[in-house]
Amino acid sequence: MTSSVLTAQSVRYNAATGVFDYTWLLIALPLAGATVLLLGGRRTDRWGHLLGVAAPLASFVLGVVLFFALVGRTTSGRHFDQHLFSWIPVRGFQVEAGLLLDPLSMTFVLLITGVGSLIHIYSVGYMAHDAARRRFFAYLNLFVAAMLLLILGNSFLALYVGWEGVGLASYLLIGWYADRPSAATAAKKAFIANRVGDVGLSLAIMLMFATTGTTSFAGVFGAAGQLATGTATALALLLLLGACGKSGQFPLQTWLPDAMEGPTPVSALIHAATMVTAGAYLIARANPIYNVTQDGRTVVAIVGAVTLLIGCVIGCAYDDIKKVLAYSTVSQIGYMFLAVGLGPAGYAVGIFHLLTHGFFKATMFLGAGSVMHGMNDQVDMRRFGGLRTVMPVTFATFMAGYLAIIGFPPLSGFYSKDAIIETAYDKGGTSGYLLGTVALLGAGLTAYYMTRLVIMTFFGDRRWTPEVHPHESPAVMTVPMVILAAGSVAAGFLLKEVFDLRDWLAPSVGLSPELGSHTISPIVLTLLTLLVVVGGVGAAYRQYVGRAIPTTAPVAVTPVTVAARNNLYADAFNESVLMRPGQYLTRALVYVDNRGIDGGVNGLAALLGGSSGRARRAQTGFVRSYALAMFGGAALVLAALLLVTVA
Amino acid sequence: MSDFPWLTVIGLVPLVGSVATMALPARREQAAKPLALAVTLVTLGLTIAMCAAFEPRGAAFQFAQAYEWIPAFGAQYAVGADGIALVLIALTAVLMPVVVLASWHEAAEGRRSVKTYFALLLVLETMLVGVFAATDVFLFYVFFEAMLIPMYFLIGSYGGPQRQYAAVKFLLYSLLGGLLMLGAVIGLYVVSAGQGTGTFAFSRLVGLDITPGVQKALFLGFFIAFAIKAPLFPFHTWLPDAGAEAPTGAAVLLVGVLDKVGTFGFLRYCLPLFPDAARDFAPYVLALAVIGILYGALLAMGQTDMKRLVSYTSVAHFGFIALGTFAFTSQGGTGAVLYMVNHGLSTGALFLIVGFLVARRRTRLIADYQGVGKAAPVLAGTFLVAGLSSLALPGLNSFVSEFLVLVGTFTRYRVFAILATLGIVLAAMYILIMYQRTMQGPLSEANRGLRDLSAREAFVIAPVLALVVALGVYPKPVLDVITPSVERTLAHVEHSDPRPPIPPPPPPPAATEVSE
Repeated sequence: MTSSVLTAQSVRYNAATGVFDYTWLLIALPLAGATVLLLGGRRTDRWGHLLGVAAPLASFVLGVVLFFALVGRTTSGRHFDQHLFSWIPVRGFQVEAGLLLDPLSMTFVLLITGVGSLIHIYSVGYMAHDAARRRFFAYLNLFVAAMLLLILGNSFLALYVGWEGVGLASYLLIGWYADRPSAATAAKKAFIANRVGDVGLSLAIMLMFATTGTTSFAGVFGAAGQLATGTATALALLLLLGACGKSGQFPLQTWLPDAMEGPTPVSALIHAATMVTAGAYLIARANPIYNVTQDGRTVVAIVGAVTLLIGCVIGCAYDDIKKVLAYSTVSQIGYMFLAVGLGPAGYAVGIFHLLTHGFFKATMFLGAGSVMHGMNDQVDMRRFGGLRTVMPVTFATFMAGYLAIIGFPPLSGFYSKDAIIETAYDKGGTSGYLLGTVALLGAGLTAYYMTRLVIMTFFGDRRWTPEVHPHESPAVMTVPMVILAAGSVAAGFLLKEVFDLRDWLAPSVGLSPELGSHTISPIVLTLLTLLVVVGGVGAAYRQYVGRAIPTTAPVAVTPVTVAARNNLYADAFNESVLMRPGQYLTRALVYVDNRGIDGGVNGLAALLGGSSGRARRAQTGFVRSYALAMFGGAALVLAALLLVTVA
Repeated sequence: MSDFPWLTVIGLVPLVGSVATMALPARREQAAKPLALAVTLVTLGLTIAMCAAFEPRGAAFQFAQAYEWIPAFGAQYAVGADGIALVLIALTAVLMPVVVLASWHEAAEGRRSVKTYFALLLVLETMLVGVFAATDVFLFYVFFEAMLIPMYFLIGSYGGPQRQYAAVKFLLYSLLGGLLMLGAVIGLYVVSAGQGTGTFAFSRLVGLDITPGVQKALFLGFFIAFAIKAPLFPFHTWLPDAGAEAPTGAAVLLVGVLDKVGTFGFLRYCLPLFPDAARDFAPYVLALAVIGILYGALLAMGQTDMKRLVSYTSVAHFGFIALGTFAFTSQGGTGAVLYMVNHGLSTGALFLIVGFLVARRRTRLIADYQGVGKAAPVLAGTFLVAGLSSLALPGLNSFVSEFLVLVGTFTRYRVFAILATLGIVLAAMYILIMYQRTMQGPLSEANRGLRDLSAREAFVIAPVLALVVALGVYPKPVLDVITPSVERTLAHVEHSDPRPPIPPPPPPPAATEVSE
């Protein structure tokens, strides 16, 4: 990357051969599933869900085969580029449709198809009573296909297709119960917030093209070393805007909690485990750009840290189980952003947390879905309580997810969150201390709100509304929960001690530099983190165990709680600063357009061809006015002739 | 086969069909429908054959014919197609049978003649083919004005309640533009006469040496005519009235094809004939284009009438086309032409589906529809796909053209491109707000039992949506045809694309194709 001449380095990937020739099938299978289910219509109702499950499962099997084939290669040979067809051939702008299979995209393939398949299976049970279940599976398959394109595309433009494709699937699924106005509004809000982010992503791609003449990963990354600092920073910030939209990061976080209007499997798959983490993927993928801009990285880390705290604080105040989990997702993705904002030391750490989070958050969302399934779709935790005895499997799996997220050793979250806190402190300097301390504080808050959630849901009195009769969910739902719970327990240990994720990802995101010394010794930091976590758990225990939990939220609370219950006034801000003025502007413009511009032109028309009022009645006079117009034209021609001869 | 007069035949078939339709006896009036459908399908078949015979890297104007017409001032019957004209003729030919089928019951009720309606549609097709195929400026002008006549009657006789107001407004606007253009056309003739023999032949006018002042005046004559036709802000106010009052089929042709004559004119006439003036005026045109993109989108959001809303979205889309055209880059120009085709499909689809709704409920008001998705899920699905095409979702047709326009503008005019990119948020808003208000929410009492798509309607919309998807995934066949023509046009303006500061490395020896 230190070439002295001003041409891009050439980054070459191996052409896909052998088994890697089938990479495109990963996307084609679920896409075919979606197409058959959508175009087949009611004819496919009877077996639609089976096809819907089979498609991502087949992709998963292929993914596993590809994974082992990739592991079998030497470290430097683990990039495979599959050229598909010429997509947008315009002079100077040759965009090829192609896929890039490397350790980073391979990891995501397994996450998306693996967790995705489990959630598809779970949905067979969860959606059993929905008359439109077949269409639900079509949308889920569409999502899987788009998500795979997002992470497998070998250019920023191909990524963009997947990027907005998952946005579409998300829109369709948030609005699943579209006859509920709140669901329809939430879906629209999600799409528009994403579009705001996509302005950033679009402009980033344009800037890349204007600077390097290409949008392919190979071309852009090859030129990254020669980017002017200002350009690199601009690219980093524009990509970050895109990432914030997709991942529900500050200041575009408010759509994600509203997205809980969708069916719970959707929340688990799209709005927790996979799609919303795509922002962290984008930044990790674009690491050659972020590597050359310290400012860009710093902003990413700050956005992550701020969002992390926002999510935690709001998560402490909500009583809706899905919204608490949603804000928890917002804050956990904040951790990931913080990590990838730390640069080469943090990319792999961020992806590590992304994977463990994929397991434990999916586990908990499916658990929440199972609770709702048994509780007539209620989500108010003040009406739960004591569910551990009636829903033992749900309880056990949820506890695995709970212990994982709060970082209880040796569950998965312990490994990945610890790594983030440690890497943040190791950054050094004031910023390192600040970021590390925010991450540490977040660990305590996470422990607090998750403990609160678990106590209110599974322990204490039964505060059920009279008509509910909670029961354990069928095996088709609990088996996926058990598998995901196993992942929540073991993934951290496996990816750290058995299959070293850092080494595996090194060909994609670079190897983190080995530090000679740590800012704070890792052992001390681990103990400190555990102490903070215990503090959080203890605080929640003191507050919620052994005393009655009121079935309506108490009113006499601190201003902080009030603010948190109103999502720190983010929605109020958007409404009063963006939405209302926008509506006024639109109304004013409609008025101006009808009266002003149109009126002006009508006046002009009146001057030329009689008043528009007369013209309206003058339908039969049409030939006459045409003749008049021709006459006027002739006059004009004469004028032009004079002009030309005089000149 | 290369001597076959493709363009003349394709133009004549609908004209003959139109005469045959009018000749039907009054009691057999209903036969006009299958007859018109058959004629448009034959025309489509011929057009497909012509496209197959077209050689993208061949001569600039193919299938050319030239005959003396009015020797007194050198006007010729001269036709020929470059890639740009070819794709627009193809768009016309594709949309015609769709429009005929969609108009099956359009003229059924009321006192108006059914056969006249279809005859007018067929005449309009002839005019549209002529206007795109003409390579003589006078011939172009004649078609440019003549195509107003069938459209005037289609709106004025078969339109909505305010049809006469809308039709006259449409006509007056267009005549004003035509007037200015006529002046410029004759000005061109005079200039050419001053440098040899007077002519209207495009190929000879291109090489004229015109003084800057005259160039500017003539440029403006053409430009304003085209800016009214493909309405650019602030010449747009006739469009919402005409688009809303026109019957469905006419609205599709008006906004989908007829208005494209304006944007086509920018590329075909304004740039090559007056390159210096085009360069001088470009920043102003770009500013109008960007204003149009944002203004049209905001106005669309504020509409209560679906057809007016779709018309205003077109103002925004025409802004994108003008932006790409006047950015003078390969990507911008190619994107603009592709945008013309894609906009014809996406807006055509929107007008068609709105037409389906209006046919059911007899109202264009958004507020009268609620929860239709519950009663008519397939209709709602097609509406969503058409809307997603309009908001340029990647993977669908419009994305390719919109992104090309934006990226092509960005390399030369960064601020304009950034402002235009904000339009993608507004596009999402006007489409999704309309979709939510009409298709989502609880099913209102009045919409209970609303029929889903009929077989005829499915046949109407399916080919359009199939193209929407196909051109999003694989636009190469169209791009290959457009690119050489756009490059020739830009060569006249003598602009080359800005070079990236970090040129990409030389391409690898050979791209490895995937063997299936």
